[in-house]
Amino acid sequence: MTEQRIADLVNAFRNGDARALARAISLCESGEGAPVVAALHALAGNAATVGITGPPGVGKSTLCAALVRKARSAGRRVGVISVDPSSPFSHGALLGDRIRLAEHFTDPNVFIRSMASRGHLGGLAGATADAALLMDAFGLEFIAIETVGAGQNEVEIAELAQTTIVALQPGSGDSIQVLKAGILEIADVFVVNKSDHPMANQLRREIRAMLGIMQYEGWVPEVVATQALEGDGIDALWEAIERHALFLNESGEIERRRRERFAHQVRAIAAGRIRALVERAIATGSDDGDPYAAAARALASLGIQE
Amino acid sequence: MAATTPSARERPLRVVVAKAGLDGHDRGAKVIARALRDAGMEVIYTGLFQSPEQIVQTAIQEDADGIGLSILSGAHMTLFPLVIEQLRAQGAQDVVFFGGGTIPPDDVAALKKLGVREVFTPGAPLQDIVDFVKRACARRTLVN
Repeated sequence: MTEQRIADLVNAFRNGDARALARAISLCESGEGAPVVAALHALAGNAATVGITGPPGVGKSTLCAALVRKARSAGRRVGVISVDPSSPFSHGALLGDRIRLAEHFTDPNVFIRSMASRGHLGGLAGATADAALLMDAFGLEFIAIETVGAGQNEVEIAELAQTTIVALQPGSGDSIQVLKAGILEIADVFVVNKSDHPMANQLRREIRAMLGIMQYEGWVPEVVATQALEGDGIDALWEAIERHALFLNESGEIERRRRERFAHQVRAIAAGRIRALVERAIATGSDDGDPYAAAARALASLGIQE
Repeated sequence: MAATTPSARERPLRVVVAKAGLDGHDRGAKVIARALRDAGMEVIYTGLFQSPEQIVQTAIQEDADGIGLSILSGAHMTLFPLVIEQLRAQGAQDVVFFGGGTIPPDDVAALKKLGVREVFTPGAPLQDIVDFVKRACARRTLVN
């Protein structure tokens, strides 16, 4: 993109043109977002970001839609980022999380962006952090980020969101025992969705029991039962999110999380660039069957001496 | 086919596949969505019963290169023009608008005259549709 086009885009963005926000996110997705972020990052820093993660089918999109409704009724401008996996074979993706948000499509104060993971691991897309930053800079005040259907290891959302919601559904109780590490450790708020299910109370008890044997300093994760489709429990969830936000502010934790988020983004950008350079070195390097020696040669060709 | 990681600068085409109005027949739309996905595109599916305004807003927020509208209800002469109107109103005419469904040949000609880039009727080979979308959307690149 030429400098003039970047300048036009930044101007349109500052004037509140949703197309400019959409285009800026696309630039970040294809690795060309640096000048746009440079021009706009100073406008960010006011949004509350809430991450929603959990296994496939638990109701993340439905919870997200319920929270968006709640945020809108509180008069806040809303951004939604929802990530679905890319096919590792075709690199294509079917992005279907929007379906649950249809009621907000024409609300000028709700901006929804579906992102394909494009090979990124960790439950998000490589440019999700950029997209959240741009939405924040655009003036969106409540940003909900929905991860891909997560297993045990998709914990990157905790680096990005101020408040992380881990949604579980009844019947997954036994797995809690083996899930103590990873995704269960990142929850600021647990949601037991589909609370009309007969096993729901048992799951709540199991989560509470698990929390009882963990050591927490400061914030102890809350457990909220919801039936997101009917809107049941959403008020309680909203209040838990607000209590967590209050805790972050009063304890100073919010500043620590902001620094962590920044470091995470810097790390991701720098590592991505190094990876691209290493890929190039691999493509042009020789193959003598010794992977360590080849790695040393690849690093040496980048001027890195171990 | 081996699993690979896409390169950072590779930008997949993004296409909105939409169902509009009172039309619950989404099998065709889902088949098309799947075919475009398998051709390496990122397909945003809107779900059923969308208004033209909802479809165009979706395309804008998703920075989509194209919109594919499926209509099997007979309301194509109403809904296609309304989407075109919305695209104009939003300044988004650069989005490639195409469609498909049970649409008589006379109407196909009329819709193309109105600005629908292509209309696929029952029996159209999936590969033809994929090739069309690739060709038509390729020109709308990031520098656009």
